[in-house]
Amino acid sequence: MSVPYGKLPAWVDFGLIPLINLVVAFLVAGLVVLAVGESPLRAAALLVEGAFGYGEGIGYTLYYATNFIFTGLAVAMAFHGGLFNIGGEGQAYVAGIGVALPCLWLDQYVPWFVTFPFAILGAALMGAVWAMIPGWLQAKRGSHIVITTIMFNFIASSLMVYLLVDVLKPAGSMAPQTRTFVEGGRLPKLDWLLGAFGLDIGGAPFNLSFLLALIAAFVVWVIIWRTRLGYEIRTMGHSPKAARYAGIRENRIIIITMMLSGALAGMMALNPIMGDQHRMQLDFVSGAGFVGIAVALMGRSHPAGIIPAAILFGMLYQGGAEISFEMPEISRDMIVIIQGLVILFAGALENMFRPAITSLFATLGAARPGTAKPAE
Amino acid sequence: MEYFEALIVILQSTVRVSVPLILAALAGLYSERAGIFDIGLEGKMLAAAFAAGAVAGITQNALLGLTAAMAVSVALALVHGFASITQRGNQIVSGVAINFIAAGATVILGQAWFHQGGQTPRLGEGGRFVTHELPFAAEIAGIPVLGPIYSNLLSGHFLLTYLAFALVPATWWVLYRTRFGLRLRAVGENPGAVDTAGISVTWLRYRAVICCGLLCGIAGAYLSMAMTGGFVKGMTAGKGFIALAALIFAKWKPVNVMFACLLFGFLDAMSIRLQGNPLPLIGQVPAQFMQALPYILTVILLAGFIGKAIPPRAGGVPYVKER
Repeated sequence: MSVPYGKLPAWVDFGLIPLINLVVAFLVAGLVVLAVGESPLRAAALLVEGAFGYGEGIGYTLYYATNFIFTGLAVAMAFHGGLFNIGGEGQAYVAGIGVALPCLWLDQYVPWFVTFPFAILGAALMGAVWAMIPGWLQAKRGSHIVITTIMFNFIASSLMVYLLVDVLKPAGSMAPQTRTFVEGGRLPKLDWLLGAFGLDIGGAPFNLSFLLALIAAFVVWVIIWRTRLGYEIRTMGHSPKAARYAGIRENRIIIITMMLSGALAGMMALNPIMGDQHRMQLDFVSGAGFVGIAVALMGRSHPAGIIPAAILFGMLYQGGAEISFEMPEISRDMIVIIQGLVILFAGALENMFRPAITSLFATLGAARPGTAKPAE
Repeated sequence: MEYFEALIVILQSTVRVSVPLILAALAGLYSERAGIFDIGLEGKMLAAAFAAGAVAGITQNALLGLTAAMAVSVALALVHGFASITQRGNQIVSGVAINFIAAGATVILGQAWFHQGGQTPRLGEGGRFVTHELPFAAEIAGIPVLGPIYSNLLSGHFLLTYLAFALVPATWWVLYRTRFGLRLRAVGENPGAVDTAGISVTWLRYRAVICCGLLCGIAGAYLSMAMTGGFVKGMTAGKGFIALAALIFAKWKPVNVMFACLLFGFLDAMSIRLQGNPLPLIGQVPAQFMQALPYILTVILLAGFIGKAIPPRAGGVPYVKER
């Protein structure tokens, strides 16, 4: 027990082990499908068909994926700094105000590309502020970030219900939502992007915020691996003691990391509000903030892993909706189980198969000396 | 007199809504004092409520329902224990996972087994817990002040309610007056010292999460078999997190836990009561503010503005025997 785990080649560490964890999560999910009396194989076929079989399905898959890229990046950003931000849900919810207000003020006077920058700024700002408070409390007052972000999710939910029911609702309307934006508050669809592949997105709300999500992923990569700030964040995540010793101002980094994380989560609000519903509704986030945890764990907190992980969850959301038409026993809540299983196996139990694989590689290495030496 | 009666009614519903909070918060107390953070209280409670509703719905036997609830909750607690004790995984991540698995599985299985939109069958007489009148409740009711307090506030609750309140001193006694309790607290503060004394950290922590599972199971059973007559999807509705907040608010101490839960339960009861009724002096208070108040109070406490909540020192840190 002198060394916790043996050294493995990089492709095993970053490729094989996460893959095995994922496969196990889906196998257990398959058992649940079996338990309710349906065929897991047929469910999987329906899932893929529903998510990728036709243009509109792909449009929806990518629409959902957009949400999860933002929230996944948010969780990953905090992970790098050794912080666990469970508050993505609340940050995105509150950021809805930052999107809705510019749209409500500007939509009748200017085209969408004037509104859009203000909405991005509003979303990022509100999300950052909502994440900054827990960050500040952790940095200055020592309260645990996990607990405070959970509490802030609930506070956000109450705040938004109050705002939507008592403040933002137009007079004479019963539904707790803002008025519907006109053209100036609506993002254009990306039908041309899929059109280039000969696909018709039909009614799918696949819109410009997808490209913004890709840009955000690139920016996160630059910040984390190519800037001084990113270096400081990662140092703090790996070893707060080393960071302190190196003269990195811990409090400042905690607050900045949480604000960046909150801003990313906040930008998720653009997609449903400006891209799809064209108004702010109750519960528009609908769990995307929590999916971000699974996405970040699956993507190993790297943008290049988060984008495919987000698309996988987009596929589950869209394909899951299709399955429920064909198999009434399986509703969308199946995704919640899969999400939980992915978090369990890719997150909490990520090292469960490592000892077995390590000893397997050690045996292989002993059998063929020289071939399994770790790459220099 | 009118205000007094209104107060009794509010306090009565305070007791009713506080019971699952007390049970879940005490559950969390066992786990967290042993150094295992548990944000999966919500999920365990939900799964237990479902198991209770399902089993009691089929067998119409309340005791079987309660047993099933405790069994399911302990099973989930053991998953959490396996991840965070044996596998030394991240305890927060594991707790989040359990919440999701419970939230999804209760709906999917409920729909598949009972076809009632995620509900379990309505429980009949034998399938649910009934309220019990304390002796002489009817006779004493006529006495002013004392009568209503005894017959309306103290009498007429479920056995589980009395059990929950009895568990508060019991937990205090276990924690501070038994060898197991001493070791439990020690393992949450300094597992290395416990290990050096030749006591198994692993087994001690497993016992702590099992205690946590048992109590969460009772909390879940209370929700679906006592408070209501059957399981409804998502019926915990954040109670697990309120309990977590109460646990922190109580600074991980059993008697404080009871008062914190009663306070949060009182706020809950008030928020229902205040809908549409303005308060004197303050005016109309939005119901949402009352609902958010437990969370806001906990944040303020955590920020160190009302005393300081210091968690068990080894909390959240997996124990590695030697390296």
